[in-house]
Amino acid sequence: MKTQLQDYKHPEIKPVWCPGCGDYAVLNAVQKALASLEVKPHELGVVSGIGCSGRFSHYFNSYSLHGTHGRALPIATGLKTAREDLTVLVAGGDGDGLAIGGGHIAHAARKNIDLTYIIMDNTIYALTKGQSSPTSHPGAHTKTAPYGVYEDPLNPIAMFLSYDVSFIARTTSLKIKEMEKLLTDAIRHRGFSIVYVMSPCVTHKSLTYDDIKSHVPSLPEGYDPTDKFEAFKYAYKEEMYMGLFYKQEKPTLNERLESIRKEVTGSSYNKGHTMTTSQIMEEYL
Amino acid sequence: MIDTRKNESVFVSGDEAVALGVRLSRPQVISAYPITPQTIVVERLSEMVEDGSLDAKYIHVESEHSAMSAAMGASSVGARAFTATSSQGLLYMAEGLHYASGGRMPIVMMNANRSLALPWSIFGDHRDSMSMLDSGWIQVYVEDAQEALDMTIQAYRIAEDPSVLTPFMINLDGFILTHTYELVEVPRQKEVDSYLPPFSTPNKMSLETPKSMGFSTSPADNMEFKYQQHKAMMDSMEVIKKADKEFSEMFGRSYHGLVDCYQCDDAEYILVTAGSVTGTARVAVDTMRIKGIKAGVLKLRFMRPFPEQEIRNILSGAVSYGVLDKDISFGYEGTMFTNVNSALSGSKNFPRGMNFVGGLGGRDISVQDIEEMFIALQKCPDNAYGDYIKSRVSFVNMGVNINE
Repeated sequence: MKTQLQDYKHPEIKPVWCPGCGDYAVLNAVQKALASLEVKPHELGVVSGIGCSGRFSHYFNSYSLHGTHGRALPIATGLKTAREDLTVLVAGGDGDGLAIGGGHIAHAARKNIDLTYIIMDNTIYALTKGQSSPTSHPGAHTKTAPYGVYEDPLNPIAMFLSYDVSFIARTTSLKIKEMEKLLTDAIRHRGFSIVYVMSPCVTHKSLTYDDIKSHVPSLPEGYDPTDKFEAFKYAYKEEMYMGLFYKQEKPTLNERLESIRKEVTGSSYNKGHTMTTSQIMEEYL
Repeated sequence: MIDTRKNESVFVSGDEAVALGVRLSRPQVISAYPITPQTIVVERLSEMVEDGSLDAKYIHVESEHSAMSAAMGASSVGARAFTATSSQGLLYMAEGLHYASGGRMPIVMMNANRSLALPWSIFGDHRDSMSMLDSGWIQVYVEDAQEALDMTIQAYRIAEDPSVLTPFMINLDGFILTHTYELVEVPRQKEVDSYLPPFSTPNKMSLETPKSMGFSTSPADNMEFKYQQHKAMMDSMEVIKKADKEFSEMFGRSYHGLVDCYQCDDAEYILVTAGSVTGTARVAVDTMRIKGIKAGVLKLRFMRPFPEQEIRNILSGAVSYGVLDKDISFGYEGTMFTNVNSALSGSKNFPRGMNFVGGLGGRDISVQDIEEMFIALQKCPDNAYGDYIKSRVSFVNMGVNINE
């Protein structure tokens, strides 16, 4: 049976983000992407960390885990390794993903573990009510920088490129169709994918809908997402280009483990002792 | 802006009181990461640094682990350092806590007491700091915003004492103290400066005292360092008392050293508390006294160093005592209870004690709850050992009779 958007929404827990928060559109787009890929709710795991983005996992009618601050990626790495049959999504923000947990992206990329990391960037610590984040604009007034932010913001796309993340896309809550398409491709991608979403914060006004509207050209026609140098070039442009920056095929963590096991022992990992959820469903329903 | 040149009373939250205390203490480096319910401290301090009213450098770090690490780096060259955290943040700092105390770095930190995940809760209890009891930090639990401000100043004085050189954690109950507004008297800067001179130590990397820090030890010499660390913590008890005495002479407020008593002199039933709940317990003592029940409260201010002698002197005269823990060491009992019992084990008269575990995840503890504790203490079985053991630890406000 085909899944519908409603199948992914938690029957009781409704989002508590501020009215107008960009994260609503991201949640919807992720769920639509899952429906289009026909990922069954019982084949899905959603992991989040702390912050407004940390709420993300609660809103799914699936397996979901609200982890500790900055550790969504390693928790998801463990989950995916133990249950490679699950589609695992990880949600984070500019605080959880790039500050306290920033060190983990490099290692998820090196393993190329098959996860999709959705980063919702609002350029502020919004849940604790408005302190500077690693992507706060220089000069922006925040509660920890009352006379303006004096540190340089990170360039996340260039960072992900240097880490050799195997799927890198940037989009915004305003471009719902594009976001849905990129999320669908990212979830389908074999390996570590990042969809970086510029998501407005209407409460702290750190990133407004107008800010995004005026600065988000799409990557040009004929742009080649397998050309890493081209990707770097566009990552460093002043305008915030949107679209699929980079994509490459390489073995996932589980494929690497599998191939070493085969090389050393001549046989595969024993999967006989556990049944996947789908196998159980097929057997008993 | 508050003018610290004259005596002024201000209406501030506990978090803001700590920030004012920090400013008066003139730290040179502040590194902190926001976490509820500590965040206001971070915000006020960054404002003070940027508006120039506090001559310090403020580092916007990317995590609590980095907040503690940066404080360690600053302290290693003799700078007065401050940081603040809460709950998960404190646990994330755990590695640094042991490093800082082992390195004898007198960093001062405010901790907004908050529950630990899982399940998630942003509300207050003592499980965060109690789990760090063995990290080698001095731990004080304050009762109100004034004590929070005053202890911030005293913390540097105690921690930086050459015989102590031990980091200092000031614990404030999350929300109950951090977010409640109270009238607080702000000491004059000039007087604070004479109470708390600039930090000076030979335990730093400098041209005058060149050294390399962070060395390894072999099994042959590690224990000597740990012995010294323990001795410094034990010696800090006298320094704490002296700091309190001199503070009261200069500013007119005394907190009576390691413990504070309310109506304990002739008390038959004494409840041991820590932090903000002490105020509630004082009210309960008054109502019990009206009913003719000789109740008293022992406010345990310091958990480390532990006031063994004071506890033994005060509690051994009671008929029975209770310990109100906002913490539990799963599989046994509240951490304060274990510590209090151990202090009493050396006394000739070892009264029966009961452990009341309450306030977990921010659950309210009312005057009535505490009155019930005193009633339970009156009924505390003193002959049947089996009955006593069964009723020794009870959970407060769980909808069950606490004697069950």
